[in-house]
This record gives sequence, C-alpha cells and structure tokens, in this order.
Amino acid sequence: MNKSGHGITISSVTKVFGGLQRPAVDNVSLTIAPGEFMTFLGPSGSGKTTMLSMIAGITSLTTGSICVDGQDISPLKPHKRNLGVVFQQYALFPHMSVAKNIAYPLQQRGMAKKDIAAKVDEALELVHLRDCADRLPRQLSGGQQQRVALARAVVYQPRALLMDEPLGALDKRLRDQLQREIARMHRELGMTFIFVTHDQHEALTLSDRIAVFNEGRIEQVGTPAELYEHPATLFVAQFLGESNTFSGPDRTGSVVVVRPERLDLHPHGSSIPPGHNSLEATVTNIVYVGNHHQVGLHFADNTQGTAMRLAGTPVPAMPGETVTVSWHPDHQAVVPDPAAAAAETEPSGQSDTPRLTQPAI
Amino acid sequence: MTAAFTSATADKAARPSRRRTLAGWFLLPATAVLVVFFFYPLAAIVWQSFTQPSYGVGHYLALLNDGVSTTVLLRTLRTALVVSTCTLFIAYPFAYAMTKVAPRARGVLMLLVLLPFWTSVMARNYAWYLLEQRDGVIERLFSAIGFDGVVLLGTVTGVTVAMVQVMLPFMVLPLYSSMSSIDRRLLDAAVSLGASPYRALRTVYLPLSLPGVVSGCSLVFIMTLGFFVTPALLGSPQESLISQVIQTRVSSLLDFPGGGALGTVLLVVTLVLLFAVSRISRPTAGLSKVVDGA
Repeated sequence: MNKSGHGITISSVTKVFGGLQRPAVDNVSLTIAPGEFMTFLGPSGSGKTTMLSMIAGITSLTTGSICVDGQDISPLKPHKRNLGVVFQQYALFPHMSVAKNIAYPLQQRGMAKKDIAAKVDEALELVHLRDCADRLPRQLSGGQQQRVALARAVVYQPRALLMDEPLGALDKRLRDQLQREIARMHRELGMTFIFVTHDQHEALTLSDRIAVFNEGRIEQVGTPAELYEHPATLFVAQFLGESNTFSGPDRTGSVVVVRPERLDLHPHGSSIPPGHNSLEATVTNIVYVGNHHQVGLHFADNTQGTAMRLAGTPVPAMPGETVTVSWHPDHQAVVPDPAAAAAETEPSGQSDTPRLTQPAI
Repeated sequence: MTAAFTSATADKAARPSRRRTLAGWFLLPATAVLVVFFFYPLAAIVWQSFTQPSYGVGHYLALLNDGVSTTVLLRTLRTALVVSTCTLFIAYPFAYAMTKVAPRARGVLMLLVLLPFWTSVMARNYAWYLLEQRDGVIERLFSAIGFDGVVLLGTVTGVTVAMVQVMLPFMVLPLYSSMSSIDRRLLDAAVSLGASPYRALRTVYLPLSLPGVVSGCSLVFIMTLGFFVTPALLGSPQESLISQVIQTRVSSLLDFPGGGALGTVLLVVTLVLLFAVSRISRPTAGLSKVVDGA
C-alpha cells in the first residue's frame, strides 16, 4: 500500500514577502518519506502555513527548491503539481453538489464520464457520505463539508495530501472524530500526508513525524515521542506539553527540562531514590483533574512548576507544606537557554522569555 | 421564578405584533404618497386606454395595426438588449478589477463609476450631444483615421453609445457587490485540483458572479426600455424609441388614451420580463445566499 506514497524534499527554502524584513520561512530543509504522515506544528505566524502553500504552489518561493520524487516542482504552476489540498474553510464550490465537487478534479483531468461516476462513488464511500451525493455544501454540517473536501482532494490520487488546519473550524467532538477518519484514510490510502496545525494534541496523535516551526525556522523534527521526551530546544519543550524548567547544572546557558509526570514527590526530609536529581519545593495547590492530581510547586528561587500524580497515588504533602522533588536524569532534557543565546547576540532582545529556572542540582 | 419566566415569554410573544403595528404606521406616509401620486394616475391611465372615447380594446388593436408602434416597440427592445449587453461586457472586467486592486485604487475606480452618477443627466446628455454632433469630436476623430461622415447624432447607434455610458454605474455596482462576496480561496482550491487559472475563473468564479450579472442586466434593460432624455435629445423622430412616441402622442397629439395604451404595453412587457428573470434566476438567487453565507 505504501507504494503509492511519494517522497518530498524541501531544500533551503526561504520566503520573504514584499516589504517585510523578516522572512516568513527562513532557510527550511526537510525530507518527507514516501507515505509518511508529517505534521508542521507551530504557533500562528511561525511559517508553517506559508511552507505548505509553497508546496501547493499557491505561494511562490523566494529561494530554494521543493522536489517530489526527485523532480523539482517549484517552477510548476499549481494546477500542474498533482497535489491534493484541504483548506481550513473547506473551500467547497457552493454552486455544485457534493458529487460535482468531488468530480471536479477528475473533469479537469479529462476522465470519461462513467469512470468519474465510479471514482466519485468510491470517494464518497471512503468518507461515509454516500447519501449526501446530491446535496449542496451548505446543506451539510461543518464536519461533513470537511469530509467532502477530503474526498475531493484524494479522489484523483494526488502525489501527496496537504492539509492546512483542516480541523480548526470544527468543535471538539467533531475534531476528534475527523482526526480518527484522517488517520484511517492515511492507513488505507498509503499516501504522503502533510498536516499543518497549531494544536499539539492533533500533532502528537496523528503524526509519524512532527516538524516544529518557530519564527520561520524548523526548531526540531522527530517522532512525537522523540519531541516530547527529548526536546532539542526550550521552545519545543514549552510548545509540546507542559514542562518544568531549571537552569543547568554548570550555569553555562543551558536549561534542564522535566515533564510534570516525571517528577516524583517525597515527604520533606525522606530519602530520594539513588541517582535522582532533587530539589526542595513548597506545594502551592493541588487540583483534582479526574485521572490525576495536578500539584502546583513553588521552588526556593520563586519559580513555579507543576507535578502530576496519577489518581490513586497519594500526594505526600498538603498545600503550604514542603516536599522534596526528584527525577531520574534519563527523564530530563538539557536544552540551550534562549535568553542566554539572545543576550550574546542582541542584549535587549528576548528579555520577555519566561525564566522558570531553578539553580542547583 | 416560574412566574417570571412565563411572563417573560408572554412579553416576547406580544412584542413582535406590537412592533409590526408600529412598522405599519411608519409606512403610512410613503404609502399615501404612492397611492395618490402613483397608483391612482397609473390606474387612471390604464382605465382611460380601455374606456375613452368608447369602451373596448380599440386603442390596443390600433397599436397592433398602425404599422409603427410594433416597429418602435421592437426597436426599443432591441436597443435595450444591445445596451445591456455592451454595458455588461464593459462593466464585468471593470468590476472584477475593482475586487482585485488595493483599497486605494478601488476607491479611485469607485469614484470613476460614481462621478457620472452624481452628474446631472441633462449635463451628461448635452455632453454627448456636443461629442456626437456634426463636426463634433467623434466625427473629427473618425475622419482623422480615414472614416468620413461619421455622425452619430440622430441615429440609434448614437443613442445606444450614450445610453451605455449613462447606464454603466447600474451594471458595475450590482456586479461589484456580487463579486466582492465571492471567496477567492475557492479559486486557489480549483487550481489545486488541477484547473488552469482560466478554467477556474470560468467554472467557479463566473457561475458565482451570475446573481450580479442577472440583477445588473435586468436593471439596465428595464431602465433603458423607458429611457426618455437620451433618445429625445440624441435620437431622431424617424428612429424613435417607445418613450418618445408616448411623449409625442400625449403632448403633441393630445391622444391621452392612445399614449396610455402604449404606456400600458411597455409596463406589461417590463413586468413579464421581470417575472421571467426572477423565474430563470431562482436557482442562482438561492446561490447568492450561499455566497453571502460563505
């Protein structure tokens, strides 16, 4: 099945919009394997959508190249690229029925009428919308419309499917449902998927690999587990999930990152497991969240942190009491301190970066 | 709590009807003016055309058989058709450009449309008179490139040219309002699906702009049918349009019932056309709602 996937290679792509100083996409290189589910994750303005629309051909490149199966597609007009695109606002043609919308790309390719009918039927089956073939888009719910858009974008077997925040306009329940459908489509079609989102949960659940975008650059590329367990930068650590950050042991501009669920809490004064790093903290509050307790911590140098205790594991202190916090060094990530790096290059910049640091270890 | 709740709903139920009565009072002045100055004279004209000097459809039969009126009516319809078509072809790219350019340039284009709109109709028609007259700008321009004796004044062509200019705003404005509500991302979608930019325009943009085309065309067509000033000033009695003939009948021949009959025919033709257009454009009318909603 994975044979139908196509590899995409992005080489040193930069995009500078007219009149702007800072590039929207800054020297990005990335290799996407055939059949891979790749997610571009980042906050708004990080360049992820611009990168996607350059692959689609809607936005032109300033420099660099984008290759599909080794062929440079950057000089190709968008309608010659044979890529599928799904837009956040569905972009269904309001004057055409669902079936006509799905038939549209096939008509553009000059396919025979009866073949089109068969293909449209197949695509409708794929997204479970057989009954809606003759309806107009406005007669469908948002989730159904996005499923039609998905069917329309894959019916002509494009070389890859590009999705720009496709779930952004839907409510949470529909979003979860459509996430599962997209994952299923990826398994069934074996197509290369590129998915743009600012939602870390979407990225973590769906992707084979995630590229984290920030200020036009890729901060880190890796599997969801790699990114979560071993963030390469403070930005990745803070954008994906919650994290406690402490200044590094050698105080040379590095930061130690530990996930809340990796922190162990011990009654004050009790011994900690051998080999663990440890700190003293005051419990500020304990919030019950159903399957776990969220424990607010206040460290000696006035920084805040969070620990997570699974339901059934007692919290060894009441709010206001002191605890010993420990974790195994395997569960920490040491990343460069962006504040220190910024201080070296431009003293005034980046001063607003949260400094949740805690000396010692 | 329950009592408060029910009284609140009762209040809500009562309010719309009270509001409707109030709205009725607000409509009273306009209704009175329309009844006195429009419906009554209109009814009187139609009544006269059937009753004076004797009861019957004599005036209408005469119109059919006098050999002139039907020719004039057909000429008027043809002129209106030509004017709407020409206006459409000039206005469509103009309105499209208005949706594409930067806001400042859009303001300038809008001003270009509205400037003649704000100028007096008489001023504009006299301007065309000067342009089209013998030894006027147009004749000299054409003789400069080798075509002698092009005098538009007194011809249906001359009237048509001027009418196209006068009618342009009535075509540009509905087109622009319909086009500016089209989501341009639909074109990106069409292109990503394999349509060339030209095909994307034809298969997506054009159908979505049809509501504007229909309303612009019917507006221009119907206004042209009854237009008086331009044909009276720039046309000729030999090739007159229906409004000129009505005017001649009423003010020169004092044939009120005959003029009334012609006017009634024009009114009926207009209403039939309006009805036909509303019928044809029903699916597109629903469509414009979609475009607005999107």
